[in-house]
Amino acid sequence: MIWSLLISLLLFWQIPSPAAQVRNDTDPVIPSEAKESQQEEEVDVAGIIFEHIGDEYEWHILTWGDKHVVLHLPVIVHSSTGWHVFSSKHLEHGESYEGLVIDPEKGKIVEVDSGKRPFDISITKNVLSLMISSLLLLVIILCTARWYKKHDVLNEAPTGIAALVEPLVMMVHDMARENIGEEDYRKYSPYLCMAFLFILLNNFMGILPFFPGGANLTGNIAITLVLALCTFFTVNLTGTRHYYKEIFNPDVPLFLKPIMPVIEVFSALMKPVSLTIRLFANMLAGHIMILSVVCVIFIMAKYGPVLTGSMSVVSVLFGLFLDALECLVAFIQAYVFTTLSSIYIGLARAHGE
Amino acid sequence: MQLITPDAGLLFWMVVIFGLLFFLLWKFGFPIITDMVEKRNATIEQSLKDAHQVEAQMAGMLAEHAQMLEDARKEQAQILREAADTRNKLIADAKEQAREEAAKILADARTEIEAEKEAALRDVRKEVAVLSVSIAEKILRKELSEDKEQREYIDRMVEETVREQAQS
Repeated sequence: MIWSLLISLLLFWQIPSPAAQVRNDTDPVIPSEAKESQQEEEVDVAGIIFEHIGDEYEWHILTWGDKHVVLHLPVIVHSSTGWHVFSSKHLEHGESYEGLVIDPEKGKIVEVDSGKRPFDISITKNVLSLMISSLLLLVIILCTARWYKKHDVLNEAPTGIAALVEPLVMMVHDMARENIGEEDYRKYSPYLCMAFLFILLNNFMGILPFFPGGANLTGNIAITLVLALCTFFTVNLTGTRHYYKEIFNPDVPLFLKPIMPVIEVFSALMKPVSLTIRLFANMLAGHIMILSVVCVIFIMAKYGPVLTGSMSVVSVLFGLFLDALECLVAFIQAYVFTTLSSIYIGLARAHGE
Repeated sequence: MQLITPDAGLLFWMVVIFGLLFFLLWKFGFPIITDMVEKRNATIEQSLKDAHQVEAQMAGMLAEHAQMLEDARKEQAQILREAADTRNKLIADAKEQAREEAAKILADARTEIEAEKEAALRDVRKEVAVLSVSIAEKILRKELSEDKEQREYIDRMVEETVREQAQS
């Protein structure tokens, strides 16, 4: 029921947004983007897709007719001339401001004179999305915790938000107990719950095509890298003596002794890399697939109404399928990341017989 | 290439926000939820265990109850049987006693009758002796007169004596 509602929302929202873009490109009245070429032109599929999956200094929320609803986000930059804090509105359409300009190729702020990348901690689309979803997660979990404080847990079944969150939290908690062991899973359970819910929430926010969703956060390598590094440090900073002995001095025949530590260290370093890439690539691929299927409609627009109409039906059906698939993948990837993290931690907490 | 290069600004914000979020949720969020739920799970487990125990107890009590009923029934049968035995015995005893009593009474009566008879015989014998003596006396007195007269006299004497006897 909820899924079908969500998916219908997705379809309803996903289609108008690129549609508006195409209309603007071909509309001679609008000066901004249409200036570049007045003729009927090819739909820039790659451009549309990369705009959606990339990071930006502004958040393009909606185009209504010829009006753009854009959230101009603050730019915070430390360049060679010191700190600069201003609205990204000043950098629109390739304009330069305070000696800074957005590099049209990279889409990042560079210094006009030297072309160097300054230290850039601007609140970009992804950062804002991260803030919103973090706040949302914080509110959800604190509300749940409050429910448990206010209610007699022994005599009442969870209701409302607690009934929603409890199964997820307990699923991860039980997973932690299974993989880490009865002894000290409690120490790690909050991190695993946090990672799971953070990834899950952001995956769903990414599928949600309208503000405040739609930012491709878990499909961004910086985010998944930080998550994987958290797991990496948790594993390796709290490893037992036995864990380190297995790496540096395992019980193997003498001729393997010099080789094994190299392999083990390499494998330990590869674990966070695989975690990073797995989540990032899966989410990114999902976004690209959905966007591509939707773009088919606009590519077909110039081949006449019959083809457009029939291809639209196909696209909508495919989009529906892919959105449903992405909902599944969103959960699976959060689950896989958490399971692997808990297994890695469990291995590092091993005690020798 | 840009897609797989982590952006420094986003990294910075991610570390800051994720760290802050983790701290807050670790302090005020997850442990509260998991502790409460574990507490509830423990209570449910305990309650189930208790329920099983009570169930077992109930089964035991039921068996005991049935046993008690059975015992009561047995006792009842026993009592009834005993009562019947007692009754039969009482009746038999009473009959026996009555028979004995009757026999005794009969025996007594017989002895008494015997004694009476003996006494009566003794009296008769005594009477006869006295009678004989007095008759003999009278006979002897008459003999001295006439024969015929004697006989008449004897008869008269006997009659007299009998009358006397009857009178006395």
